[in-house]
Amino acid sequence: MENLLEIRELSKSFTLHNLGKNVHAVSGIDIRLGEGDFVGITGKSGSGKSTILKCIFGTYRLQQGSIWYNSKKFGPLNIAEATNRQMIYLRKHEIGYVSQFLTVMPRTTARQLVKQAIVEMGRDQVHAEKETEQILSHFELDPELWDSYPATFSGGEKLRLNIARAMVKKPRLLLLDEPTASLDYESKIKVKILIEQLMHGGTSMLGIFHDLEFMNNLCDREYNMQNGVFTLSH
Amino acid sequence: MTEFEVPVLSIKNLNKQFGPGCDHCRNPEPLTLIKNYCSVCGTVYACRDVSFDVYPGEVLGIVGESGSGKSTLMQCLYFDQETTSGEAYISSYQNGLNNLFEESSQQKRYIRNHLMGKVYQNPLSGLRIDFSSIGNIAEKLIAAGSRNVGMMEDRGSELLSKVNIPVHRRKEAPKNFSGGMQQRVQIAKALSNQPPILLLDEVTTGLDLSVQASVLDLIKSLQREMNISIVLVSHDLGVIRMLADRTLVMLEGQVIEQGLTDQILEDPQAPFTQSLVHSLL
Ligand SMILES: Nc1ncnc2c1ncn2[C@@H]1O[C@H](COP(=O)(O)OP(=O)(O)OP(=O)(O)O)[C@@H](O)[C@H]1O
Ligand SMILES: Nc1ncnc2c1ncn2[C@@H]1O[C@H](COP(=O)(O)OP(=O)(O)OP(=O)(O)O)[C@@H](O)[C@H]1O
Ligand SMILES: [Mg+2]
Ligand SMILES: [Mg+2]
Ligand SMILES: [Zn+2]
Repeated sequence: MENLLEIRELSKSFTLHNLGKNVHAVSGIDIRLGEGDFVGITGKSGSGKSTILKCIFGTYRLQQGSIWYNSKKFGPLNIAEATNRQMIYLRKHEIGYVSQFLTVMPRTTARQLVKQAIVEMGRDQVHAEKETEQILSHFELDPELWDSYPATFSGGEKLRLNIARAMVKKPRLLLLDEPTASLDYESKIKVKILIEQLMHGGTSMLGIFHDLEFMNNLCDREYNMQNGVFTLSH
Repeated sequence: MTEFEVPVLSIKNLNKQFGPGCDHCRNPEPLTLIKNYCSVCGTVYACRDVSFDVYPGEVLGIVGESGSGKSTLMQCLYFDQETTSGEAYISSYQNGLNNLFEESSQQKRYIRNHLMGKVYQNPLSGLRIDFSSIGNIAEKLIAAGSRNVGMMEDRGSELLSKVNIPVHRRKEAPKNFSGGMQQRVQIAKALSNQPPILLLDEVTTGLDLSVQASVLDLIKSLQREMNISIVLVSHDLGVIRMLADRTLVMLEGQVIEQGLTDQILEDPQAPFTQSLVHSLL
């Protein structure tokens, strides 16, 4: 497989039984992402951007099409046919996801969250403990917050923690869903710098950006969504 | 696709019925069943053709309607109930070659004492309510072959403090304890033989929120630190969301849907799963 990710003719709709309704989210989506690429997706609210990322991450099950991912562990793998255990492995080791909504694990401290991510990568406890503190400082998270529950954090703090957790794994593929949407200018700059660092580290990224101008000089290519299909791509 | 890992526990086509069945309900497409109940002979089909695997260090969640067979399934796995038909294999027992349900009762006792721990929905089923707490733990240790009283005393105290039961209360009987404390004594007991597999049936049900939280924290830390495989039955999707990697959905004795926990919660397929998830929104 030549590319890291090849999405072909992806369609996803939701059948809502109680409403007797079928919601078409996206159809006929094709995306290619080479090793080291940074590709942006833009589009209006409700056009289907998050749906694409969730299909890649395995949260949504697709009806049609294929999502070929060139896994280090499994080789070329169609995510539509991967087992749940394979997806769990990929999420631990190869594919990261920063969600649009700053979800955090309930009742897990910032420190535990990051440490868990490092331990999942196979590091021992002592090493993981040290690395966790380095990462948390690097992301400029106030040490007073390290042992608190992120549910109480501000939007920017949650986001930086989410990116930190995704970043410690140095994933081969990182899916970013509006990582800067809710942030002030200064925090946006911080996130942008983190993204650049990841790019230099070799991570390929597919990101949804609402203000793509801000990321412009970083993107290799961009896709624009309208009503579940791509319109023009550059 | 070849498997890249080996399940610790593997269940195949498990069936459990209460009652003899009749010609009507034994039909491959029985018309006389109301949910899981035969309207002619009164047989209850509590678990129907249930299959799943549990992998090392994972938490497998099981959700479902009340009466869908979750507790019955857990009872079958722990040999509390005779299984009607089906197979179960544990990778560390006879290289995963022997069907556990066909083993002798002596072997079943061995498996239960050495390879599994269970927390019951009702603490009365899992504990001797008038024995001391530490005595409850010692009982399981003795069943697993321990004879050294000092060692059992140490291990029991260690476990009780792990589940936040003050060591000075170790000689008290669980009947003096609150529901949350009883559940925590059950967890300590279940962990005493360091089982690779832990079966948890509604561990947090009926507990007030702060106690629920401490029991959940405990389970999370156990999983993080000891890499135990856990089958977690709960009707509380919040608990499932927090703890389970994968989730099965049961309805009327059958597994109607399974997937990654976020799949089940965000992209539920079956009408029942959708109404369950939407009731949470
Ligand atoms: N889990 C779901 N269940 C039902 N419908 C869904 C689900 N997720 C998305 N949809 C529908 O699919 C369509 C696309 O949604 P999606 O979240 O992908 O949009 P988006 O482009 O990310 O929008 P935004 O910019 O507002 O985040 C919408 O009509 C939405 O209602
Ligand atoms: N000993 C028994 N004899 C007859 N029927 C039984 C017995 N135990 C359970 N059942 C029936 O088996 C079915 C499954 O019961 P079970 O306790 O497994 O449900 P459950 O999913 O755990 O429900 P809950 O969420 O309420 O705990 C029910 O219809 C129940 O009435
Ligand atoms: Mg979105
Ligand atoms: Mg039950
Ligand atoms: Zn019958």
